[in-house]
Amino acid sequence: MSENAHTHCKHLLGNLSEYIDGELTEDLCREIEKHLEGCENCRIVLNTTRRTIDLVQTPIGAESLPAEVRERLFKRLQLDDYIPHS
Amino acid sequence: MKAVTFSNAKHPMNKSTLPEISLEALRAGDRAEFARMVDAYSAPIYRLGLRMLGNPQDAEDALQNTFINALTHLKDFEGRSSLATWLYRIASNEALMTLRRKKPSFNLEDLQTEDSEETPPEILIDWSALPEDELLANESKKALDAAIQQLPAALRVVFVLRDIENLSIKETAEALNLTETNVKTRLLRARLFLRERLSAYHSERIVRKETP
Repeated sequence: MSENAHTHCKHLLGNLSEYIDGELTEDLCREIEKHLEGCENCRIVLNTTRRTIDLVQTPIGAESLPAEVRERLFKRLQLDDYIPHS
Repeated sequence: MKAVTFSNAKHPMNKSTLPEISLEALRAGDRAEFARMVDAYSAPIYRLGLRMLGNPQDAEDALQNTFINALTHLKDFEGRSSLATWLYRIASNEALMTLRRKKPSFNLEDLQTEDSEETPPEILIDWSALPEDELLANESKKALDAAIQQLPAALRVVFVLRDIENLSIKETAEALNLTETNVKTRLLRARLFLRERLSAYHSERIVRKETP
């Protein structure tokens, strides 16, 4: 890897989160995309990081509040009379 | 390649799906309104506890303590942040205090090395195009859960608020009393940490599959 390419990789890594979240300026995005075209390693880092975030955002199992936890919570807060039935 | 903005439609804390809670009624001691608030926010707060603490009993304790604290401090809530961010702040503190009790050496300020460079990614195998059913299989989910639990708490709390609960950078910073720059640094580190762990997991499976 040339010294110059390496600098670009570091630059991409520093901006990776904001690039994924779509929070970079157009100029910076263009610069990054130009580097990505020629750098397979950075493309892999981008793709796998994006996928990682995507997988976390997919709800894992049933993560709503279990009924008994909800009941104990309302009881502890002395809100038994107000427990809404869902 | 285009940058992606993630939709938070599948998240219950999505602002548009939350009921309007009247701060005035809460402050006036309206129990029914408080019950409505508890009902609206208890699921995401419990989820935060589960992700931060890794077990249902601690998550339930943190959930109860969060609302007891909220009830006590409602009068001090000035409404400078949203009610959701305020509750997340109490819940995050609660989770971090529990972690601190369990591991006294834990220090949230451990990661103040803002100037240091990111560790370069090591595993460069592209597993991102693996089929959904493989990525969402139970075993893969367990690997992901385990990786989240292995995140240092100071990174985990940022990651959970931003990427699981979908708070903005600004809201995450408000909830944790950190600067936005600090939140961004921690978020990047957390994402790269998890990417590395998942890459290790999936690349091993890819290699195993390809070896006759």
